[in-house]
Amino acid sequence: MKWDTCDPSVQYLLHLGDDALVLGHRLSEWCGHGPILEEDIALSNLALDLVGVARQYYQLAAKRIGGGCTEDHLAYWRSDREFLNHVLVEQPNGDFADTVARQFFFDAFHVLQLEALQHSTDTELAAIARKALKEATYHAQHSADWVVRLGDGTEESRSRMTAALARNFPFVEELFTPAEVDRVAFERGWGPDVASLKATWLELVGEVVAKATLELPSIAHKLLRGKSGIHSESLGFLLAEMQSLPRAYPDATW
Amino acid sequence: MVARAELELRLSRVPDPEVPALSVLDLGIVRDIRLTEAGCEVDLTPTYTGCPATERIERDVREALEELVGAGNVHLRTVLDPPWTTDWISEEGRRKLADYGIAPPPRRSSDKRSLLGLHQPLACPKCRSTHTERISAFGSTACKALHRCLDCAEPFEAFKCI
Repeated sequence: MKWDTCDPSVQYLLHLGDDALVLGHRLSEWCGHGPILEEDIALSNLALDLVGVARQYYQLAAKRIGGGCTEDHLAYWRSDREFLNHVLVEQPNGDFADTVARQFFFDAFHVLQLEALQHSTDTELAAIARKALKEATYHAQHSADWVVRLGDGTEESRSRMTAALARNFPFVEELFTPAEVDRVAFERGWGPDVASLKATWLELVGEVVAKATLELPSIAHKLLRGKSGIHSESLGFLLAEMQSLPRAYPDATW
Repeated sequence: MVARAELELRLSRVPDPEVPALSVLDLGIVRDIRLTEAGCEVDLTPTYTGCPATERIERDVREALEELVGAGNVHLRTVLDPPWTTDWISEEGRRKLADYGIAPPPRRSSDKRSLLGLHQPLACPKCRSTHTERISAFGSTACKALHRCLDCAEPFEAFKCI
């Protein structure tokens, strides 16, 4: 069955949920492959938190869609063109430094976004944000620690962290470029004007990068439109794996 | 009709599935119990949004209370706001945690120093030394971190302070 997800508040919840689910899924790919045991556990914990918050957004969206729609329908039965996450979060894990850079850039944005969402006029959304903010703050400390540790570490870790910042930074521009879904949310008081978060983000991220004795690159991809459903090729592969079981066995249950 | 105190007493014997030394009441995740005509309504709040124990806890709470009010008469509601904080772990809960070998969280989650790991080192649950260090900010469950005692060399878990 095809669900009607056109309601603007549903679109906004899907955008928020898709960021959390896609990044959470990426992090879960590290499970059993972490560079050290403690970090393997940490990455799985981050994944768990993010998938948990994605479920909250999807459950709320499903309730508003009605007609028996569930969180699982939204996670498993939409195609890549219907996912509204940022292109940054779907980028492959790369080496550990790439994962750290992607996580750090997103965490810093996520904290600012959730701080604003706490005051959303959508009170059910605000409740989710207040809960998620505590977890996101914890994530940001962790990823910032790693940026400093790798950047101000050995020659090898430094060169890898430098390369990872360069590879991931171009995707940052989309975080602060309002798409239709952001514009509607801002007009209705549901969410922040994402462009207004950029200055604080640059300040916070710049401080950590300086502490890591590194520099922020200045390249930006200007034409990213993940929030409008236009993705890099990576998302299709990710969804193909993540959605394969329910699509092959639609009646499977836990 | 069943009294509220009976329901509370029953819940004080429902363990958290991941930290069975604590009851769901000790953990502070039962936010409200209301008696209704046919049974009761209970508000539960998750510790972490992704905590896999959440659904198990709901089932355990439902089954326990149904013993008192009858099948189908327990209505559970998940409340997210205000979000759970380690400050809601009861005094008894903190004591049980320490006895169980898990360091209880520093007292005030609103103190941002504890969030940044700047609080006083935690006391080792085994030898009580405060000569300890954090090994990892994340542990075996969403709610715990890994620490180590530098005196008795025992690794131990601690509740993350949120």
